[in-house]
Parts: sequence; C-alpha cells; structure tokens
Amino acid sequence: MTKLLTAHFDEPKLHELETYRRLGGYEGLKKASQMGREALMAEMSKSNLRGLGGAGFGAAMKWSTVPAEAKNPGPRYVVVNCDESEPGCFKDRVLVTRSPHQLIEGLLIAAYAIDARRTFIFIRGEYEVQHKILQKALDEARTAGLLGECAIDLMRGAGAYISGLDTSLLETMEGKKAWPRQPPPFPTVSGLLGRPTVVNNVETLSMIPHIVMRGGEWFAKLGTAKSGGTVLFSVSGHVEKPGVYEFPMGTPLKDILAAAGGVKDGKRLKAVIPGGVSTPVMTADELDTPMDFEGPRAKGTFLGAGGVIVLDETADMVSVAHNIERFLAHESCGQCTPCRQGSFWHERILERGLSGGGTADDLATLERAGENITGKVICALGDTVGVVTRALMKKFPEDFKARFPERRG
Amino acid sequence: MAKTIKFTLDGRPLEAREGETVLEAAERAGARIPHYCWHRVLGNPGNCRMCIVEVEGTPKPQVACRLPAREGLVARSASAAARRAQASALELHLVDHPLDCPVCDQSGECGLQDYYMDIGRYPSAMREDKAHAAKRVPIGPHIMLDQERCILCTRCTRFVSQVSKSHELGIFGRGHSEAVGLVPGRSLDNPYSGNLADVCPVGALTDRDFRFQVRVWYLDETASICPGCSRGCAIFAHTSTQRPWHNQGRRLARLKPRYNPEVNGAWICDEGRYGFAEFDSDRLGRVMRLQGTAAERRWDSVSDEIAVAWHQVVRNKRPDGLAVVASGSLSNEDWKAFKSLFVDALKLKRFLFTPEPDQVGTEDELLRRRDKVPNLAGGMALGFGAQIESMTWDALAGEIEAGKVWGLYVVDRDPLKVWGEKGRELLERLDFLVYQGPRKGLTGDLAHFRLPATAWLEEDGHFTDFQGRIQGYRRALAPLGAAKPDWAIFAGLEAAWQGGGGL
Repeated sequence: MTKLLTAHFDEPKLHELETYRRLGGYEGLKKASQMGREALMAEMSKSNLRGLGGAGFGAAMKWSTVPAEAKNPGPRYVVVNCDESEPGCFKDRVLVTRSPHQLIEGLLIAAYAIDARRTFIFIRGEYEVQHKILQKALDEARTAGLLGECAIDLMRGAGAYISGLDTSLLETMEGKKAWPRQPPPFPTVSGLLGRPTVVNNVETLSMIPHIVMRGGEWFAKLGTAKSGGTVLFSVSGHVEKPGVYEFPMGTPLKDILAAAGGVKDGKRLKAVIPGGVSTPVMTADELDTPMDFEGPRAKGTFLGAGGVIVLDETADMVSVAHNIERFLAHESCGQCTPCRQGSFWHERILERGLSGGGTADDLATLERAGENITGKVICALGDTVGVVTRALMKKFPEDFKARFPERRG
Repeated sequence: MAKTIKFTLDGRPLEAREGETVLEAAERAGARIPHYCWHRVLGNPGNCRMCIVEVEGTPKPQVACRLPAREGLVARSASAAARRAQASALELHLVDHPLDCPVCDQSGECGLQDYYMDIGRYPSAMREDKAHAAKRVPIGPHIMLDQERCILCTRCTRFVSQVSKSHELGIFGRGHSEAVGLVPGRSLDNPYSGNLADVCPVGALTDRDFRFQVRVWYLDETASICPGCSRGCAIFAHTSTQRPWHNQGRRLARLKPRYNPEVNGAWICDEGRYGFAEFDSDRLGRVMRLQGTAAERRWDSVSDEIAVAWHQVVRNKRPDGLAVVASGSLSNEDWKAFKSLFVDALKLKRFLFTPEPDQVGTEDELLRRRDKVPNLAGGMALGFGAQIESMTWDALAGEIEAGKVWGLYVVDRDPLKVWGEKGRELLERLDFLVYQGPRKGLTGDLAHFRLPATAWLEEDGHFTDFQGRIQGYRRALAPLGAAKPDWAIFAGLEAAWQGGGGL
C-alpha cells in the first residue's frame, strides 16, 4: 500500500532537518523552483489534490484564483491552517509532530507558486508541544537557508473551534473575534488584511512535495477519478487500535476499520461518523462506501477531515446527538442567529430527552428547526447544527423513539 | 448617468443602481423585505438571516442584504417558501427572547413584534427555560441596556465603531452566552449616544429619557428640522396630545432623526435630541401690557398701543434711539416680516444679532456646529449681520448707559441673562421695552409689552442651514393661548404702524 505522508514515520528523528533531508526532503522545493511556476501549476492541476481540511476544494483551483500580480499589485500570503479542532480529527497534530519539515517544504512550494513572500502557520493554542516542534523545525530550516526570501511566522490560536474555518481564522489573525466572513470575496481575492491569501490545511500542503517529486499524474492515479492521492484517517472511538492511518483515496470504509483492529472488545458495530463530528453519521450497513470526496457524499455525508469515529452497539444515539450539539452550541461563534439559537435549542431538547422528559412532539421540532438552520446560515458550523441530529434521527429512529415516546392522555 | 439594473421582486419590476444589493434597491423603492441587521448606513453583516429570498435558478435561499442585484434577476420574498424561511429565522430569534412586551418600552415599534404579526403567528414550540441575562443596565446617561432582549444584530457596535468612532460597546463571549456590553471601564457617553436607541431594532437599547413616558402608539409624528444648531438635521417630532396625562403633561415626547443623506444621514446629536425636554415649560400664552398695572390685551389693541408709542417717541426723540435684539432662531418667514417692519417701515439702524454666549458651543466633524441657533443664515440672506451690521452686547449696553438708545425691542433673546444684575438697571432706564418670544426668560418680566410667540413646533416655516440649504418644517402642535408666529406679530405691528396706531 502506497504511503506518502506517513511513509517514513518509523524513522525516530524524522522531525529533525538532517533526517528529513537524508530521506530526500527539500528536494521537491528545489525541483519546483527549477520547474518554474507554470509547470508547477500544471502538475498541481493534474494531481487532483483536494483540500484535506474538510471542504475538499481543488487545491490547484484555489491557487489559480489568486489574481495576477499585474492585476492586483502588492503582497499576497499563504496561511497554513493548523487549527485542527474538529472532534475526531488529529491527523494534523500527528503530521506536525512527526514530520514538520514536510509541511514547511509544502508551504514554501505553495508560496513560490503564488509568489507569496510572507506566510503564516496558524496553530491551535492547545497544540503546545507541536508549536515548539514547529518553531524548532522553522529555526533549522531558516538557519540552513531553505526559506530563501520567504518569511514564515508562527501564530497561535486562542481556543475557538470556529477559527479552523478559513475566513474566521483570518479574522483571528487580524486580532478580531473569530466570526466567519461571508464570501464573496473569497480569501484568494481578499483575505488577510484584504490581500489575496491562500489558506491551506497542513495535510494538503504536506502532499505537495510528493506531487512535485513524483508528478501530478502519478499522484492522481493513486486515488479515484476526482480525488487524487492518499488521505489520512484519524480513527477513534470503539476500535482496538485508534490512530492515524494513511490510505489511498477511495479505500472502502471497512478496510480502514480493519486496519484499526476492528470494533473494540468484539462488540457489534453500530455506526461510523466518517469525517469528524460535523459530518452526518453512517450505519454499519454502509461499510463498503469508498472513502474519497465522492463516496460518502452519495450516502448523504462527507469525507470531511477524515475523522472516523466508530460507535459500537452500546452507543445511545440520542446521547451522541446531545454530545455533538452541546459541542456545537459551545463553539458556535454567535454571529448568526439560526446557529447561535438553534444549537442551544437542539442541546436543550436533547438534554430533556436524556433526562426522561422527551415527547414525540420534540422530534418534530428537532426535524423542523434543523431544516430551518441548514443552508440558511453564514458558515458550515451552522449547517452542521441541523444536519447531524437529523441524520442520527433518520438512521437510528428507534433510539430517538425510546427517548421521545408518544404520550397518551 | 449611472447604469441602472432591472430586476424583479415578487413580480414587481425594480431598478437598482450599480453595486446595490436586492435589499437596498427594494428599500429605496419602498418594497419591504424583513431584516434586522441591515441598516442603510451601517451596512450588511448578514447575521440575522431574516431577509431570505428565493432566487430563480439558484437552489439555495439567499439573503437579500448580500445579494447583488443583477440584470434580469427574479427574486421572491413573499412566496410561501421564502415566508417559511423568514418565519423560521424569526422563530430562532424568539427562541430565547423574553416575552416581556407588556413592560417593554419598544412595544409598538419593535421589529420582533412587527414581523411576528406579519410573517410569524406560529404556535410556540419552545418548551425549555429561556436563558436569563442582565436587564435594566444603565450603560450611559441616555441609554438603558437589556441583554435578554438583544438579538445580537451588531447595529450598535457598528454605530460606535463606524459613526461615533467611540468604541464603547462590544460583543463579548461566544455562541449562546454571547452578549453585547460595555468595554470594561467605559460608559456610553459619546455625544451621539441617543442614536443607539434608534438603531436597536428591538428593546435591548432604550432611551432613558423617553422610557415609560408614553406608549408609542399614542404618539403623532411630524417632519421637522432640529433648531439646535445651524446643521439643520432632519428630524421627526413625536408629540403626545392624545393622552395629556401621559409624559407628565409634556406635549413633546421625543425627537428622532429623519433620514437625510445630504445633511445628517440617519443621526442626530444628543444636544439636539435632548435639548427640548422643557419645550412646554415657562411658556407665554397671554398678550400683556406690564407698564403700570399689568393687564391682558388683545392683539389688535396692543399693536396699536405699540404703534402709537413708536409714533410719539419717534417724533419726539432721535429715531435711531430704538434698537432691536433678535437672533438666528427666527424662520425665513419671520426674517422677512422682521425686515419689512424694522428696516423698511421703521427704518431702524441699530440691531443686535450676536448670539448669547451660551449659544456658542462645541463643534465636531460629524454633525454638531458651533452656533447653536438654526437660522442665522436665513437672516444673513436678507442682509442681517452682513450689510446690516450687528452690534455687540457690550456696545448695546454702553449706548443704553449713554442714553443713546432709549427703546428696545427684544425678540426671543435674554439681555438680562447676558448682562447680569447690571442689565436690570440698564433695562429699567429704557423708555420703551417690548419683549416677544415663546418663553419669558428673565427679560420678559421687565418689559412694558410682552408678546407671546409660538415655538418652532407650533408653526410651519423654513430654516436656511449653514450651507445655504432651505428646509421646511411642519406644525406639530397647536399654539399655546394667544401665541402667534413671530412673522404674524411683526405683520400686525406693521399694519398698526402704517395705520398710525389708530390715531
């Protein structure tokens, strides 16, 4: 099985520049600058690399929307989104811990591609160890003269989940409240401080040296028709061996589960949340789903950021829904009303259900309120509020009927 | 000419200017789409999600406040689906909103109430306890905050950052526990703070001066111009006459800004807004002769008496011994009659238009002007204070003392206030003193004749602002007692003078 990002993870000192270079590190950067921008962009678009932070937007497409220097003179930026906060996702943490230079190399190639001289790595505040590792790696790279004319600044978040969304991340970097912006304009046109800005996830950027070294076509072929290359899955929950697993795009869900040792203690599988808590749940019958950006979509859910959460037969789906909605209510930025009020309302109704006060009417309310939030808010967090609970209700109606029974008299 | 874009809203053809959103163009044409956060001056953050419309050819519903109008666009805000989306946004706004309308001062002009009656009217599905937050927090001299009622539309925080640039308010916390509040250590005391009660679409920010005085549905609204300075801000006067026992008997309940992008945008300053609380106090309503035994007079007889006095003294004494004190509070109509009487008919030479020292105040870049009278420009246009020079207060005092000025006609000014105790002595020397004005002030009691004039809300008229713009204001209240507009008093006097005062 081809592995790219995690290929050398058995090297104990991979995080050090010397080891990384010995294994061929920073050759991609050299090659990219020899290729020139146009050839680099051509390889990128052949690669079918998708944004691996969750949205799955074509990476080359995103870069190509940065206006030309002549059309919009002035600085442009690349921002690394390392504000990994989605419950169930921890692959960026592992990538930064084990192979920080892979990210730095990818970032430098991206900066070269869009001609950015100033770049930022925005890392969530809770990743304290990773911050130190990155800082050290950056110092090494700088001392070794690898950064060239490109500046890389490390910035730490202050603990808001929503900062992981590109536009609110930019707001945070500007020192403001992490309230998502409403595109258009998109960040590639008007991003950090109003300048064209490419915001890419850690995993996406880490892929780039491999694309440069092996070619876009080779990369694309690893995956499926529309999703190129490999992808990391953070597998957690009721499995024997939770951890980060790299698979080619389109690998069936059951293979991923098998790699993680299957359901813990031999229990029966009940459900899988495929891409972090903000993606709708899948049932045990849907394990054949190919895990790329298209497969889960056909089942009404998303690959998201590959945060596979496994739930065994003991899981009460009302409790799962309550747990997720409580999280969303806590993390809703509060900017737009449907999400701010709707997440709170969801949480409270589900809480009442769990404590024995639910009735069938509540299910109708959840259904209706959920529909009224999704698609009518500024950002994806708001969409999630309605979607996740409705998916759980639809796929596990018995759990909900038990907590929200018909009442007579 | 700028390009216009043709589009359709609910079957109605509308035109947008280039760069306008569907909501802006609709509002300008008087077509209503529900909204809270959008404000014509403060922008469109798009956070209330109320202005949802259906757009033909677009699967997702769109918020009209962020939807650029484009040629041929077909939008629906009144279709069943759009209404449902708006009603559901409203339901979420109300999930946590306290139902304290009966004791909320915003009742009757509340966006939540209005839209609930318009597009809501659903049975409540909210069975949880509502969250509680701070109520009745006086956050400044004029504004009371109720965090429970706040829908976090951010109009107020945008006002203090974009308009007053004073930054006293912020939105603190996150998600459901988010609340609007004062920045620590600050008080909402900027000179434009009263506008926050206007921009707040719900009862979260209310006006401490107006709270609990009158229910808004008992108010009458009249378009007017603020007389507080020479800016000429467009306002609405809200008057209370239907329930005289409300508002402690005061007829003027409050002033509100009236949108005029050329003059004041959507704002007025606190000086203007709160400067007329005493509109009905110390008012004159009777025509009086106070010389000798005080006695009430009718207008025609008092005009004759004054005219006779003028004829006699003008014949017997130097005619240039008669001086007139007036100011920029007169309307253009008043100035015209004033000129006709004192310059054309009586041919007087001595005038004083210099504002009283307390009529010169603070000026800033937004609205406030240094001269606190509305219409010096209207007088200037007729030559007053220009070709017809103004004396200073000191010069007038000196001439009275020297016996050069023996008669004084005072229009809505207060020499005694300017001159202090020395002024009483000066005014008592005069052979002839007429006082005319809506309030008697200090000078009114010393006058030989005291004539009641209407105040600005009791007459139709025009002011000319400092930029030369002529703006009309309408009569909002009936005159008190026998009070007449200044121009009518001057006209009556001129008729009496021409007629020889009945001699």
